Amino acid sequence: MNFWARLFYNWRRVWKALKLYGIIAGPGIIVMVADNDAGGITTYAATGAKFGYSLLWFLILLGPIAFFIQEMTVRLGAVTKRGHAESIFHGFGPFWGWFSLVDLILVDWLTLITEFIGMTAAMSIFHVPPLVTVLFVILIMGMMIVRGNYWTWEKIALFFCAVNLVYIPCAFIVRPSISNILSNGLIPHIPAGGFTNSFFFFLMANIGTTIAPWMVFFQQSAVVDKGIQEKDIFWGRIDTFIGSMFTVIVAAFCIIVTGTLLRGVDIRDAAEAAVQLMGINKYLGTLLAIGLFDAGLLGAICISLASSWAFGEVFGWAHSLNSKIREAQWFYAFYFFALVSAGAVVLIPGAPLVLITLFVQVIAVTLLPASLVFLILMLNNKESMGKYKNNVFQNIANVTIAAVIIVLSTMYAISTLFPGILR
Amino acid sequence: MGEMIFSVLSRRIAGFVGNMVSQISAINKKYATPHVKTTPAVRVALVFLRFYLLALVGILVYKFITLVH
Repeated sequence: MNFWARLFYNWRRVWKALKLYGIIAGPGIIVMVADNDAGGITTYAATGAKFGYSLLWFLILLGPIAFFIQEMTVRLGAVTKRGHAESIFHGFGPFWGWFSLVDLILVDWLTLITEFIGMTAAMSIFHVPPLVTVLFVILIMGMMIVRGNYWTWEKIALFFCAVNLVYIPCAFIVRPSISNILSNGLIPHIPAGGFTNSFFFFLMANIGTTIAPWMVFFQQSAVVDKGIQEKDIFWGRIDTFIGSMFTVIVAAFCIIVTGTLLRGVDIRDAAEAAVQLMGINKYLGTLLAIGLFDAGLLGAICISLASSWAFGEVFGWAHSLNSKIREAQWFYAFYFFALVSAGAVVLIPGAPLVLITLFVQVIAVTLLPASLVFLILMLNNKESMGKYKNNVFQNIANVTIAAVIIVLSTMYAISTLFPGILR
Repeated sequence: MGEMIFSVLSRRIAGFVGNMVSQISAINKKYATPHVKTTPAVRVALVFLRFYLLALVGILVYKFITLVH
């Protein structure tokens, strides 16, 4: 074969691989980018304002950790063809199944409320009334699924994932010092002030926002609904890896923005950061507000589906996005009910939104241990997983990650519920 | 008229609840036998996990009640 023939042949192979990746790509990228939801962006904005670039190294570490966990859902979904809720019922019986399902529904509904809080706060910067924002979001999310086609939903979700990259141009606008980022941000260290309660709280908040239990349920169900087969697992892993890189990139750039311009400013939420930045640079504040709205929207899109899929799997309803509304009435009814009720809560005057935001993080801690432990146990079941079961390295990594997350999340939950108890 | 609407609604709700209860029983029966084989050590760990999570839920409920009050 001469040089040009070989070049053409290799180009054809690469192009075919890229096309195959393009077909498989979706669940991994969507779940990872949606991980940077309204609560996540708020956490990163507050982290940057509080510690500058000092926790960038920690965010970068969380990327591979999220990959290791989410990658397991790809294998489990592709091999067993079951969603995570159904897998827990099937593997461990009704007690754990109902515990996980009820917990998931509650956590997801409360998280959906926090997404609406973020979206209404973002749009209020542009003087859009909360009612209009809520109705607009319900309309968009309804239109995404009404065609009864998973691919349509996925392509629209990927578009919103691309919008989530708005923090990258924001970071360039603020013109941070690269040498400062490299020296303060990328070398693991504890910032000046030492290992304080506040530092621990922010570490835990970042862990909690990067590894959320709904992600496990969502990605596994999405893998099943998309019809990913065992032969596609390699590309599913690539998809998840690329998604984990995006999640780290968005988080890092968000921290760089607030770490550069709002260092030392007390930020309670991302909307407040956007308002502060609006005073410094109108475009910066606008982009941050758009990013916050998009983050909330992406989170809402994934979380509402995670619950509907889980419910449908367990109750045996038709539960695919490829089903039309009349074919999967309960699936869509549940989806819209969760959406509308969560949006309605945000519109109630005097609703305890701060309490909800506080509790959702803690309630998620009750679901995380069970979902991680069962994920690892199921991935070690040779009978169902065959050659795709965890190898030794994966077990060491995943068990270590799960153990550390469970211990730290528990401490976080206790310190959130009883501030000062761990001092 | 109001009584009629109430009676129809309550029959519908009762029917729905009854349907859900029977579905839940069917699900419990379907998944009664766990399919993932676990070693005795894992079973003991899961018992501890059960107590740990129930304790955490208990603390949450307690905190929620005290905050609401």
